[in-house]
Amino acid sequence: MLEIKDLHVSVDGKEILKGLNLSVDAGQVHAIMGPNGAGKSTLSYVLSGREGYHVTDGSVTYKGRDLLAMETDERACEGIFLAFQYPVEIPGVNSSYFLKAAVNARRRYRGEPEMNAMEFMKLTKEKMQVVEMKQELLARSVNEGFSGGEKKRNEIFQMAVLEPELTILDETDSGLDIDALRIVAGGVNALRNEQRSMIVVTHYQRLLDYIRPDHVHVLADGIIVKSGDEKLALELEEKGYSWLEKSA
Amino acid sequence: MNNIIEHYRGEHAATKDRLPGAGLDWLDTSRDAALTIFGEKGFPARGMEDWKYTNVRPIEKRPFRLARETASDAAIDTRLCGDMACHRIVFVDGRYSRHLSEPGNPSAPITVKDLHTALLEDADTLEAHLGKIADVSRNGFSALNMALMNDGACISIADNAVPERPIHLMFLSSGKEEITSQTRILVMAGAGSQATIIESYHSATGNVYFNNITTEIRVAADASVEHYKLQHESNKAFHIATLHVEQARDSTFTSFSVSMGAQLARNDINIWMNDEGANCDLYGLYMADGRQHTDFHTRIDHASPHCNSREIYKGILDGHARAVFNGQVHIHPDAQKSAAEQTNNNLLLSRNAEVDTKPQLEIHADDVTASHGATIGQLDDNMIFYLRSRGLDYHTAHALLVYGFAHDIVEKMTIEPLRHHLQATLAGRIPGLDRPHELASGG
Ligand SMILES: Nc1ncnc2c1ncn2[C@@H]1O[C@H](COP(=O)(O)OP(=O)(O)O)[C@@H](O)[C@H]1O
Ligand SMILES: [Mg+2]
Repeated sequence: MLEIKDLHVSVDGKEILKGLNLSVDAGQVHAIMGPNGAGKSTLSYVLSGREGYHVTDGSVTYKGRDLLAMETDERACEGIFLAFQYPVEIPGVNSSYFLKAAVNARRRYRGEPEMNAMEFMKLTKEKMQVVEMKQELLARSVNEGFSGGEKKRNEIFQMAVLEPELTILDETDSGLDIDALRIVAGGVNALRNEQRSMIVVTHYQRLLDYIRPDHVHVLADGIIVKSGDEKLALELEEKGYSWLEKSA
Repeated sequence: MNNIIEHYRGEHAATKDRLPGAGLDWLDTSRDAALTIFGEKGFPARGMEDWKYTNVRPIEKRPFRLARETASDAAIDTRLCGDMACHRIVFVDGRYSRHLSEPGNPSAPITVKDLHTALLEDADTLEAHLGKIADVSRNGFSALNMALMNDGACISIADNAVPERPIHLMFLSSGKEEITSQTRILVMAGAGSQATIIESYHSATGNVYFNNITTEIRVAADASVEHYKLQHESNKAFHIATLHVEQARDSTFTSFSVSMGAQLARNDINIWMNDEGANCDLYGLYMADGRQHTDFHTRIDHASPHCNSREIYKGILDGHARAVFNGQVHIHPDAQKSAAEQTNNNLLLSRNAEVDTKPQLEIHADDVTASHGATIGQLDDNMIFYLRSRGLDYHTAHALLVYGFAHDIVEKMTIEPLRHHLQATLAGRIPGLDRPHELASGG
């Protein structure tokens, strides 16, 4: 599904990712953990095609295609979804209008008929229940005035509606209380199947009790310094990151 | 300069026997006096502080003429807002068109009359009120309007009357070249009344003409008036409009001013809050592209204590467009407990567009709250990235954000058909915006 090879990325002339390798197969969940500033968000952004993130070396292949040659919206239409660490508030843009436009952009891309208002309502109603999100949020401007928790839930709600093939969750757990965390994880797990892959970026092991990963990687200073299974996350929880940084 | 003054003197001489109220001594005298003032002042020069960024020389270069007769048709759908029920008075090339108007039998508590009829039937009332808020010597445009006013409307709302339907004054330009309309509007809202007045300006073609409008609105105690002004002139037109409002005790005045068309549009909005407890909200939205020039000058006088004012003006500029916003707020020495808020936000979609924005607060009382803020910015890259990361293409993301910028003004409009009209207008101006009516919150 996703093959990252020797990826080097610079921002403002400063190298952030320094030769990262990662291979994600269909149906797998990979957790990426690491200290603040390691480059986790940079990796998330570079996979979604954000401007200002310059790939200086390496390659990223997604479903057999050169991902780096694709525009952000094309990547989205091809099934990539980033749940933002800091979801963006967009004043004056109605949430429902925006999400329907996103759904139909994908459908057009795939040559499918567009969804009408009735179908869309039915879909959103169903998905809102999954993340226990209040219906009224859909009537408001995108993320505007949402609480931190509501913003994160809205990301998962959008994910549930858009049904991506590759989801990148960038610290979706930060700022969530335990109940919200369980709900968000439930939304993510509901989407898991043999075709869909996920990259779960997190700072804390806690989330991985709910979203259980197939592989765990530690990202430090722009490269993956250690990979393992779930147990690695527990080990990190216990010992912190410093022992790894020294050995790297 | 002298030539153009001679030209308008000639227009006055040639039409004065047929202008509204011709033969009324007081009015003939006022017109003559105004013509003298115009002769002295001419059109505002660039050296004047109020006209620093707005060059009216192009208006001076053309000998615009008053329409000599009323056109019977203007090839424009007068149902601006679908089938919105309203009292509609239509003007073509500045002259009242009985044929196109649908006054809808306004009944006793309200009267809506064209200027000719009003000056025939209610001369005494007009003598007492016409030109009493507007200052004829303010500048050459004010003087010229008084001297030549060739039509317009007079609206009177009885005490405590609450007309169900808005009153819509619709001004159409037929496509005849080089016409000037010197339009005069007088609104008197009686104590405790509530009314909605719409002024809208449209053109059938992209021709050159010059609209010079003076509107006076008197809001009596406890009355509430909502005033909408929609400027959709031809992109070659000149549009100069001055709104004067005087508010009595505990009255409320709300203004929406949308400026989309014209090569040069200048809106002056002057609010005088004369007595305690008055409240005014001014909202504006301007959009300019190509070489369009748009200018808003607002002035709010807090002449009494305990009055509130709020202004939100938003501008979207593309191409080589230029916008000016100047917001004066004067809080008079006795006007304690005044609250004034002013915001002007501008969105630049092109590096060649320009904005000059200037708040001017003069505060002569000590127990007041006053704030102002002005911004000039571009679309936010974070927002564009967020929308695109969900699959929206660049153009759609761009269009949505431009719409989103204007949305809070749209949303404040209380009349639904007008809101839809503005959304549709925005969609027309922002390529890539589908189904704009679905953008409304809650829908
Ligand atoms: N726009 C930027 N300009 C300069 N440096 C940046 C920018 N964005 C991130 N960085 C730097 O890149 C490094 C990695 O950041 P980030 O990817 O956000 O880390 P993480 O998500 O792992 O905490 C940090 O040192 C951060 O300061
Ligand atoms: Mg991060």
